[in-house]
Amino acid sequence: MSTSSTVVLLLAVFGASTVEMVEALTIVVASGVTRGWRSALEGAAAALTVLTIVVLVVGVPLIRWVPINTLRVVVGSLLLVLGLSWLRKSILRASGHKALHDEDVIFATTTAELAAGQSGAKKGGRDAVGFAVAFKGVFLEGTEVVLIVVSLGASQHRLGIAAAAAGAAAIIVAAVGAIVAKQLSQVPENLIKTVVGIMLTSFGLFWVGEGSGVHWPGSDLAIIVLIGVFVVVTVIATSWLRTLRVPAAMSVGSGVEREQVEG
Amino acid sequence: MKLIKRWGRAFGLFWWDFLVGDTPELFVATLVIVAVALLLGHHHESGYLMLPALAIVFLVLSAYRGRRRTGPVGAKPTKQTDAPS
Repeated sequence: MSTSSTVVLLLAVFGASTVEMVEALTIVVASGVTRGWRSALEGAAAALTVLTIVVLVVGVPLIRWVPINTLRVVVGSLLLVLGLSWLRKSILRASGHKALHDEDVIFATTTAELAAGQSGAKKGGRDAVGFAVAFKGVFLEGTEVVLIVVSLGASQHRLGIAAAAAGAAAIIVAAVGAIVAKQLSQVPENLIKTVVGIMLTSFGLFWVGEGSGVHWPGSDLAIIVLIGVFVVVTVIATSWLRTLRVPAAMSVGSGVEREQVEG
Repeated sequence: MKLIKRWGRAFGLFWWDFLVGDTPELFVATLVIVAVALLLGHHHESGYLMLPALAIVFLVLSAYRGRRRTGPVGAKPTKQTDAPS
């Protein structure tokens, strides 16, 4: 495996983890602010522990016992589904056909929901609701990261590097989040998601082909070419779809757009 | 037993949502791409061109399908194929 594909692997895992961890952190901060930090942090830590165990339990046997070509076709398919889906959403968001993901709205919605059930919460003590919300948020967002880590890591026999990249992203997001807790909406999520979508799609195609016996000119360097191709396709598709937009209903921050905030 | 059923259902729903979700065409696209890759395999040199071409066609068609189709200017959108996720 060449250095270039390892670098791309690192960037893909790091980017995907950053996006998902920002979403998870928003929920943890909302839970901490309204129900107390102790339960929120315990919930987040418990979810991270479970996710780490899943990586070890699923990832290591995959590398040891599943034939490499079978593994590449299966994980390539998973990456392709995920990558195409992220890329499609990014194109629709960038072209104004879909609302931009809004961390502020998620934060406001989560705190409002949690505050509504505030009566049972003990500030500073343990709170089951706060724990559950933080656990669920980190676990659900983290599951996607685990799939990417296991898929990319296992197909290249680089599970350790992939897990380390995801861990680094989690630590950086948590550190930044601790400083700018309520400004998570400043993260250019759609841009990161576009880049990661392009990488996952390129990796997915490459591994599906590689596992099936397709000959890629330049071997691993074909990943870089695929990334370039999908960058061009994304730019053209976004520009084209922008021309199909009906302007007034899609203005940024309009009521219509706010209705459709999604992950 | 109930708990196992509930977990099994949640597990199934997670994978359904992950693989199919609101873009079944991309799931079908992946199956088609994998099938073509396995068919071409070692026998055709064109595999490296066919796979990206198929992915691009399916991606653009899916994005076009997901575009917002609004009514008169300022009106609420009448149709968007995506459900909020």
